[in-house]
Amino acid sequence: MRRFSWLYVPAGLTYLFLYLPIVVLVVMSFNAADTPYRWDGFDTAWYGRLFADRAIREGLINTLVVAAGATALSTVLGTLLAVGLARHTRSKLLDAIAVAPAVLPDIVLAIGLLAFYTAVQFTLGLHSILLAHTVFGTAFVAAVVRTRLAHVDGSLEEASRDLGATAAHTFVRITLPSLAPGIIAGALLAFSLSIDEFVIAFFTAGPQDPTLPIVIYSMVRFGVTPEINALATLLLAVSFTFVIAAQRLSRLTESL
Amino acid sequence: MSSTLAPQRAARADVGPRGRRAARRGRLAGRLATLGPGLGYLVVFMLVPLALVLSYTLFHRGRFGGIVYEASADNFTRVADGLYLGVVWTSVKLAGLTTLLALLLGYPTAYLIARLPRRWRTVALVLVVLPFWTNFLIRTYAWIILLNSEGVINRTLTGVGVIDRPLELLYTPGAVVGGLLYAYLPLMVLPLYSAIERLDPQLREASANLGARPARTFWSVTLPLTLPGVLTGCVFVFVPSLGNFVIPELLGGGRTVMVGNLIRDQFLKARDWPFGSTLALIVIALLVLLLMAQAWAARRLSGGNRA
Repeated sequence: MRRFSWLYVPAGLTYLFLYLPIVVLVVMSFNAADTPYRWDGFDTAWYGRLFADRAIREGLINTLVVAAGATALSTVLGTLLAVGLARHTRSKLLDAIAVAPAVLPDIVLAIGLLAFYTAVQFTLGLHSILLAHTVFGTAFVAAVVRTRLAHVDGSLEEASRDLGATAAHTFVRITLPSLAPGIIAGALLAFSLSIDEFVIAFFTAGPQDPTLPIVIYSMVRFGVTPEINALATLLLAVSFTFVIAAQRLSRLTESL
Repeated sequence: MSSTLAPQRAARADVGPRGRRAARRGRLAGRLATLGPGLGYLVVFMLVPLALVLSYTLFHRGRFGGIVYEASADNFTRVADGLYLGVVWTSVKLAGLTTLLALLLGYPTAYLIARLPRRWRTVALVLVVLPFWTNFLIRTYAWIILLNSEGVINRTLTGVGVIDRPLELLYTPGAVVGGLLYAYLPLMVLPLYSAIERLDPQLREASANLGARPARTFWSVTLPLTLPGVLTGCVFVFVPSLGNFVIPELLGGGRTVMVGNLIRDQFLKARDWPFGSTLALIVIALLVLLLMAQAWAARRLSGGNRA
């Protein structure tokens, strides 16, 4: 039998610490009471209230619009940037600029963009959040695609060029398909980061059209709302499914 | 690189000067087409905004908001005032404490995960990252429910009879550190895991065979070799903790003010953008120092290993 290891104590604490709040949220989402501090029996009424909540529904739609737009834009910009940085320059400065949005604290980028939008008299709304989210989206897509580029064999591109294909033709027919897994992974990352992003959205949002994180923020700030428990449980279920699906998918592609 | 250039060079010999010029134009076009859009975007939506914030530090707020473009160092003398420096110091302390706790919890966890059988390793890692994928605000909200005077922890403790009156847990600096730790702990575990997992188990075995006890092996083999991972994890936790304003607001209840709260208030409430920019500049300066220290330490470590 294996000896008891003291490592289990802090590791156990880590998992307890990570999951205790989540378990409490999930349990409380089925609580009939209107306060999370008393148990009045099992009930799914909060889910009904959640689905009927217009602010949350509109926030969700706004979030998806912003995330979809920012992801599309970041994927194009980030993929081109990754290829350019890997194949067309050796500049350290350009490398640094491309990773900067991922390293910069969100509040710095947030106030910078607010100052910029105000200086050029750009009206704030969903489009201003979308353009803001594209900044860090591009950086993350470029980073993910670059790691993929490092593993791609350059000889196919060479062969294509030697056989007389134009640069653009080679890029579309050879480079892009070999990068596809990296591009998809980068796009998924940009999408999930945008969906969850609060600080930059908070600074660059207009008075109308808040995203879901902004709606949640105003709900949480005005006190405890059991609807949030139901929302948390649903979001948790979605990300759980997502993670398991990604896991299965990667195992499938590995076996191919 | 040389392998990609060789055929081009051969082709150039065939086509003469005109072809060579065309090839150079083609390379320039390729560079512009790939780098141009992305870098152009980052210049407009990141570098120009940062330059604006940087320039605002020299100006001051007009009487009705807005910015008066008269250069002075007033913002900096105002920051040097004890009150604001005190807030910056509090932020550094809270973020530092968060980082330390994350390391103390995260290292053993990452170490244990790295030694699990491969099947369980993935599951254990996914379980660490999973809470990170729910909304950040909801994760913070969960702590309000836990820590409230009528919350789960206080009810359990009074129920069991450990305490008579509910403890004041929410709206304390401790609650802020707990919230920050909860938000960023996975960012510590992941780089630590990849550093520990890469470690050659033969090194540990060699150390044990040479008579070192496990503790000695840990301090003189495992820890030094995984220090780059430790540094990365510390930066990943410290940076977002330092500028955070949501957790101090929701879990500190306005009683624990961090520099992020000051910046937010200067921009959205007091409308004193020049002063808010100056505070942001201090945060940036602290982070640049930190990243330079990290790069320096990482370079020293890798140099030490080679020697």
